[in-house]
Amino acid sequence: MNVPPNLKYAKTDEWVKVEGNIAIIGVSDYAQSQLSDIVYFEFKVDPGDTVTKDQSVATLESVKAAADVNAPVSGKVVELNQSLTDQFEVINSDPYGAAWMMKIEMSDAAELDALMDAAAYEAYCQERGH
Amino acid sequence: MTEPTIYELSSPGRVGVRYPQPDVPLAELPQDLVRKDLPLPELSELNVIRHFMHLSHLNYSIDSGFYPLGSCTMKYNPKINEEMARLPGFAYTHPLQPIETVQGNLALMYELQEYLKEITGFDAVTLQPAAGAQGEFTGVMIIRAYHKSRGDTKRTKILVPDSAHGTNPATSAMSGYEVVHIPSDSRGNVDIEALRTTCDDTVAGLMLTNPNTLGLFEEQVVEVNRIVHEAGGLVYGDGANLNALLGIARPADLGFDIMHINLHKTFSTPHGGGGPGSGPVAVKGAFKEFLPGPIVEVLEEGDEELPPVFGFYQPTQSIGRVKAFHGHFGMMVRAYTYISVHGADGLRKVSEYAVLNANYLLARMRGTYKVPYDRICKHEFVVEGVWDDAPGVHALDVAKRLMDYNFHPPTNYFPLIVREALMIEPTETETKQTLDRFADVMLKIAEEAHQQPELLREAPHSTPIGRLDEVKAAKELVLCCWLPEQVKN
Repeated sequence: MNVPPNLKYAKTDEWVKVEGNIAIIGVSDYAQSQLSDIVYFEFKVDPGDTVTKDQSVATLESVKAAADVNAPVSGKVVELNQSLTDQFEVINSDPYGAAWMMKIEMSDAAELDALMDAAAYEAYCQERGH
Repeated sequence: MTEPTIYELSSPGRVGVRYPQPDVPLAELPQDLVRKDLPLPELSELNVIRHFMHLSHLNYSIDSGFYPLGSCTMKYNPKINEEMARLPGFAYTHPLQPIETVQGNLALMYELQEYLKEITGFDAVTLQPAAGAQGEFTGVMIIRAYHKSRGDTKRTKILVPDSAHGTNPATSAMSGYEVVHIPSDSRGNVDIEALRTTCDDTVAGLMLTNPNTLGLFEEQVVEVNRIVHEAGGLVYGDGANLNALLGIARPADLGFDIMHINLHKTFSTPHGGGGPGSGPVAVKGAFKEFLPGPIVEVLEEGDEELPPVFGFYQPTQSIGRVKAFHGHFGMMVRAYTYISVHGADGLRKVSEYAVLNANYLLARMRGTYKVPYDRICKHEFVVEGVWDDAPGVHALDVAKRLMDYNFHPPTNYFPLIVREALMIEPTETETKQTLDRFADVMLKIAEEAHQQPELLREAPHSTPIGRLDEVKAAKELVLCCWLPEQVKN
């Protein structure tokens, strides 16, 4: 299981990469391996939309289950990775790279404190089985 | 032994049916609507009969083998149900006939409503909804109409436990509500504290499946329902798992306000292959006037000489019709037959045996399969289809391997709160011999998972078509009966 050390993680298995006041988000390697092959991906927000922490911003579907992608932080959506709509296979093959989902301009950076660091997230995944 | 498609069997010019010369003038079809490229298969009558006969032999059904599909209650559908539904007085009636000519049908509907009220403890029933999910939709629309009728418009949320049926969040969202998930506690019950902190005056209601999808009875169901009521919300009961409760507990007594009943699960009407389903909705008295109408009522009481006169009642604040005419009447005849044949004591035995069978299977599998919420189960149970010391083997592989032993696989990957879930519901109609055969096979598959994992990963081996590519099926949505080379043209 791949858990890059430089990212923050939400309980609902999203990762956050912080660049200044921009949060880049996606779903973790653990999440994609649990879901197995992704067969559908859809954004539920548009650039410019304001989102609040834990709001569902995208939907994933695999052969096993459907799952929401929740915003780990509040703020304004500044960019969507539009290529994911057609090429969602990268969510399985490159969850932390090509499968970044959106950039959110954070309205409250203190929300980051509630997220897990890599060590805590790895322990959290172990505890749930793999 | 795969069967070719009917297009592959086609031979140009072969004719199955010769039509007589028309005895009316021929009309010209509009030229722009005429297609020359429509490849209809050309076969003889015998070719067609054999083709569909072969296909029918590939079917798997409860009449051909054990079907432990969790949450679906795939019990035997007694053949007497079919006999009754084919009685000419039922089969040859039309819903637009004058009601004085269909008093027998109305009497049956009325008595079925009464039976369902007695079994569930509720005060009124609509037989209209055509499926469980449509029953849920009806129920949540009633919740909506109820709050609206009181001028209470700030309720925008429906609470759904993470052990609920998958249709519950879908129903809530479709009815315009925001879905809020409530987690389960370590015993598989609704987490009471999480429920308490979520319940406020924006909550329209809770959708609760009891027993839940882990096959476990909500141990604090009365308290759960009380908390929702105190916040001003209503409690919707998903009746999909009613087969565990017949004659033992009445959902209305447990605090539910509204509930659907799956005739195609609990009451042995056909299930799968289109059913059709039937999902009557039962409510407490306070919600009767919101039901879809019309509802069968006694218009004039009978006496010693004359039977009662039945007719229709239209609820005053009805949410409106949810189905044409009166629902799936043929299913009502079958369910009525089933209830009449069993009687009150028989129905209680149905649930007792359903629960006993599930616990017997659980006892035989425990130790070999991990049981994440391990306590006395109701009519079904959930195990993990994965082992730490058998890497690369998943629940899906276990399910596929079962097909090699001629068993229908259980429900898998649901509920989501169990990793690699296998959800097993034997129902009451299986003998100990069948259960033992299934348990023996499950134990053998667990052994294979450790010693010959490729046997599982490549399963099924004995079916006409092997492992299907589900990813491709979900991604390439080509639903076409033509041959690939015809599609290309």
